[in-house]
Amino acid sequence: MRITYFCCFTVLVLAASAILVSARPPAGGTITGKVTYTGTPVKMKPIDMSKEPVCAKEHNPPEKTETVVTGAGNSLEYVVVYLSAGDKPSAPPSQPVRYDQKGCMYVPHVLVMEANQPLQIYSDDPVAHNIHPMPKANSEWNKSQPPGAPPIDTKWEKPEFIAVKCNIHPWMHGYFAVLTTSHFAVTDADGNFTIKDVPPGKYTVTAWQESYGTQSQEVTVSAGAATANFSYKALPY
Amino acid sequence: MKKNVITSLILWTFCLVVALPGVAFAQDEGAHVNGFTGNAQSGKELYRRFCVGCHGDEGNGEGNNAEWLDPRPRDFTTALFRWRSTPTGTLPTDEDLYNTVTRGIVGTLMPTWRPLTPQQRVDLVAYIKTFSPKWITQKAGTPITVPAEPAETIEGVLHGRELFDKMQCWKCHGPDGRGDGPSAPTLTDDKNLPIRPYNFHDGTRFRCGETNQDLYKIFMTGLDGTPMPSFADILQPNDAWDLVHFLRTLQPLVHSKSRELWLAYAGSHKDIKPIGAE
Repeated sequence: MRITYFCCFTVLVLAASAILVSARPPAGGTITGKVTYTGTPVKMKPIDMSKEPVCAKEHNPPEKTETVVTGAGNSLEYVVVYLSAGDKPSAPPSQPVRYDQKGCMYVPHVLVMEANQPLQIYSDDPVAHNIHPMPKANSEWNKSQPPGAPPIDTKWEKPEFIAVKCNIHPWMHGYFAVLTTSHFAVTDADGNFTIKDVPPGKYTVTAWQESYGTQSQEVTVSAGAATANFSYKALPY
Repeated sequence: MKKNVITSLILWTFCLVVALPGVAFAQDEGAHVNGFTGNAQSGKELYRRFCVGCHGDEGNGEGNNAEWLDPRPRDFTTALFRWRSTPTGTLPTDEDLYNTVTRGIVGTLMPTWRPLTPQQRVDLVAYIKTFSPKWITQKAGTPITVPAEPAETIEGVLHGRELFDKMQCWKCHGPDGRGDGPSAPTLTDDKNLPIRPYNFHDGTRFRCGETNQDLYKIFMTGLDGTPMPSFADILQPNDAWDLVHFLRTLQPLVHSKSRELWLAYAGSHKDIKPIGAE
């Protein structure tokens, strides 16, 4: 009899703890790190916007090119770091991401989104732009957006890194990073990144820089913080 | 014996489930224009006789002659086509490709292929569509509607001129439509090769055709793979027609009512604001 009670109790406790565990997401770990370079990267040059005086006026001193943006301690900005393997697939968020054209520059320079996540492209400029993304796996398109035009609503179906340009203003140059994971980060001005809420497990973490390409490493996340640092070999051209 | 029956059953089920839809797919990949159905195999023979020299064995635009041509032959492997009746970012219709093969492309080394029979041209279209998997994974876009053309009036021309200024068409095409706008020298195509904006002043025909309807389609679909964007989200049909009529005034070599109206207006109005002025 006593054994029956004990068994029932144990089953109940086990069931309750199972419900608790499944209701709460597993304790999230983080992956932090820094992306740096060795060697001599291409120099960031001031952009000459004299052909569009309205935009030139907004940037004093002039903006610099953003193909390789370096910071203190050989750090690299605008590097996308994401889980490329090991992550469970999830439905894309319905929350749209926003891409801006401000003073004839793309803000942010690199915009990360998930495949099939809504994307809205705004222009705040008093001059016309054309938005010309150049994907390979998805379909290329090219649309005009004169001053006062409504935002362009779109999305990308397949994951890839898509270069974006404006043909009217050849210095305008940015990227859409379309991923199939919700765990990603973009390095800040000091090259640091933090990927939050990563469930414990083994992952491949990949870093992507528009000029230097991708690098991957295996990372094991348990509760707490895991570290993944990346270093690119920079060439002066 | 029983084993044999089961094996044949499995085989038959496999045939029904896998092979039959495959056959249906293969039929869909062909081309259909004006009641003709294209045969990719016949198209391949024609392609190897007439097209391979420029467009190349693999359809990538890298034929033996390609490096001496400007603009370069179309690369069919990217499935990016300029002259479409379909919105930007979509595949053209079979008829669009057929029309390009038939018409040829003025100002380039692509001749008209009217000497081939309509059946042969449709066969070629069917073969061209085998170079990119996009023709299997995607459908052609829905052609845009081109509403009836309104009468040409000076008000329409002046409104079109305003749009040409406001939409900043002149940034590439130049204030006089000579293809010499401030951004013109920096333009490149999808292969990163220099590309010139259309010069309305010297040109009489467009690469997509010569009618006002053809001109309407250019800026409402965009020329994919070039810097020319689509204005379909911004321009209403009436705006678009006004812009067509204004563009005709930029063509001294083409007779049009719009140009007559514009010349009469410009002759009697000395204070017209120049295009591109602050």
